[in-house]
Amino acid sequence: MQTLNPSSSLPLTSRRNVLKWSGGAVAMLALSGGILPNFGISSALAADLGSGDIGILNYAYALEQLEAAFYTNVVESPYGQMTDDEKTILTDIRDHEVAHRDFLKGALGDKAIPSLEVDFSKVDFTNRENVLKTAKTFEDLGVSAYNGAGRLLKNGDHLLAAGKIVSVEARHAATIRDLLQPNTAAFAGQDVVDKNGLDGAKPPAAVLKAAGPFIKTKVTAHSIVGMK
Amino acid sequence: MNTSPSILDQLDPDLVSHMVTNRRGLFSRAATSIGALATAPLVLASASSTVFAKGLPKQIVDTLNFALTLEYIEDAFYRTALAKDFIPKEHREVFHVIGQHEAEHVKFLKSALGPVAVKPPKADFTAGGKYADVFSNFETFLALSQTFEDLGVAAYKGQAGNLIKNGDILTAALQIHSVEARHAAAVRRIGGKKAWDSAFDEPKSKEEVLDAAKPFLKA
Repeated sequence: MQTLNPSSSLPLTSRRNVLKWSGGAVAMLALSGGILPNFGISSALAADLGSGDIGILNYAYALEQLEAAFYTNVVESPYGQMTDDEKTILTDIRDHEVAHRDFLKGALGDKAIPSLEVDFSKVDFTNRENVLKTAKTFEDLGVSAYNGAGRLLKNGDHLLAAGKIVSVEARHAATIRDLLQPNTAAFAGQDVVDKNGLDGAKPPAAVLKAAGPFIKTKVTAHSIVGMK
Repeated sequence: MNTSPSILDQLDPDLVSHMVTNRRGLFSRAATSIGALATAPLVLASASSTVFAKGLPKQIVDTLNFALTLEYIEDAFYRTALAKDFIPKEHREVFHVIGQHEAEHVKFLKSALGPVAVKPPKADFTAGGKYADVFSNFETFLALSQTFEDLGVAAYKGQAGNLIKNGDILTAALQIHSVEARHAAAVRRIGGKKAWDSAFDEPKSKEEVLDAAKPFLKA
């Protein structure tokens, strides 16, 4: 595991965020120049992302696990009247998310967090609009997560690998949005692209909070820099 | 130079070469010192009044000017097209949005660079007559639009490593990168194509991008 670099130009503060992860489980999302204790959560019951680039890549791996599981469900139990075009698109996206997940798992090796238990009980997989709106949420969240995390990576190879994934996530996001609102501005709507023409960029804490309701496993990120 | 270890070293060499193209060439991190402004907290939301350029290392200025050049080309391309009347009505909204974003990217990068921003290149979108009907035949226009958008995605991706020392600028570049990818997806779908080639988008080096753009630039 890499140690944190105290002379880093990253926006370090000694703030600690404690966020609700799901169902009462608490994840410690700490922003600190040092490693904090694990607050008694057994490593057998929790997934800690780790620190430095490993922590960020585990964070990406957690999101890709979530997306891969979602689209696996979507393709296994398609909503009624799924068109051939939609089936092709959603199957491609599933394959991409599985490839992203497996790539990150392979890259992380024995530093990878365990498989996360997901919770899609709020998703109605028989309902087209519900499935596509959930997909839109995940894709836009994925784009903003990678955009926000890029600056936290120290190694250029890791940054490039993340870059190869994020633009595919953005292609997914635009496509899903176009399925919901064909031939409109929605593919890059004002709800995601600002007046400077910039897409979203969210710090890990905001992303994990948004993803929380869909993940059962306790995930701790007590030593990721930039958790604000 | 502190070089952070890459965990990709643990992977199968074939997979690594697939994932990390030209890893040494793309990420030559020149030991240039970063000026005071480069590390100061910058609020990108108010970019219209933001000036990054003073004190930025040459590597970052060059990279942003390279990006600005591409944005100038895209901006001029859509500006010219939207002033004419050949884009089918049902697709005008998409191209209007794309054109608007390219104009915003130009404004943003010019503002970030301030006085060291490059001037717009002189473009020839017919590429010396090869695409003579680019602004009257929607199919030709669509093909070039996809070329420029996919090229933009690959270009920003290839340059990310050159911005790794400046978190604010890197973030802004990544935020433009994913917008270009949204554009590329929309344009491909209008053309009846898949919005992607594979699970991983490949980068292009500055030289590769300039080679691809050269036919559209007047000498």
